[in-house]
Amino acid sequence: MDQTLSEFGNVFVFFLLGVVFVAGGYLTARMLRPSRPNPVKTSTYECGEEAVGSAWVKFNIRFYVVALIFIIFDVEVVFLFPWATVFRQLGSFALVEALVFAGILILGLVYAWVKGDLDWVRPTPSVPKMPEMPASKSTSQRD
Amino acid sequence: MSNPTYTAIFYLFAAITVFSAAFVVFSRNVIYSAFSLLFTFFGIAALYVFLSADFIAVTQVVVYVGGILVLLLFGVMFTNNIMDTDLKTDVLHAIPGTFLFLGILAALLFTFYTTNGWMPSDTQLQGSVVERIGFETMSRYVLPFEMASILLLAALIGAAFLARYDNGGTNEH
Repeated sequence: MDQTLSEFGNVFVFFLLGVVFVAGGYLTARMLRPSRPNPVKTSTYECGEEAVGSAWVKFNIRFYVVALIFIIFDVEVVFLFPWATVFRQLGSFALVEALVFAGILILGLVYAWVKGDLDWVRPTPSVPKMPEMPASKSTSQRD
Repeated sequence: MSNPTYTAIFYLFAAITVFSAAFVVFSRNVIYSAFSLLFTFFGIAALYVFLSADFIAVTQVVVYVGGILVLLLFGVMFTNNIMDTDLKTDVLHAIPGTFLFLGILAALLFTFYTTNGWMPSDTQLQGSVVERIGFETMSRYVLPFEMASILLLAALIGAAFLARYDNGGTNEH
């Protein structure tokens, strides 16, 4: 138990360092910087654009299906991880078992793929029609 | 757990878990609730580490923080007027709620104080349990392992079927 805990102690040290690093950065910045806000300074910065509205916009519902499929394969990785640690000691039986496991799930991936759940939403640009140029060279050649 | 450093770290993570969970419940803004849930999940993962369940802890981070929380944030972001909506219910059953709270608290405390010991394990586990889980899934629990994949397949197909955005049959192309 102590051994496992001390291994996670390393993780805890990283966690603490991350917290201290970020908090220390904010703290020193707060102590060092002058505070002279004005409306232009405090406005949301966006390069070349006037920021309009809230950043919390409605997402496309397509992301939801992709996230759901991601979770399924996330759980699959969790199942396969213990197998991967001992797979060399277990030999071909474990390999076949894992292939069957992954194969069944790949069926699901194929299903989602065929049904078009993985198709990204493409913009459908409407090309504005060019006004007819009667004296244009290209149109006269095509005619 | 006699080491005071471990105890201090344990209470730190317990406090993070409890306070962030309370914030999830009490926050009026659903986005802040969702982000606070991140700390709850991380705190619970740390508590799993203290139970020597390192695999469960990593699973908690991978699945809940990496998957479920992202899904939840997506779900929040699909809704309209996220920032404006003031989450407040008009249905407040204060008196029955208090009785329910006190009853559950009493039951938990009663069990806590009347249980004779916590049945500590005879053998101390050394090192990681991940390899042991790997051996067990490949020997004694092979069939449940494969059944889990079928369960996941059913979940995938069901989820994709239910959540599919059908905009007038364009999926058929």
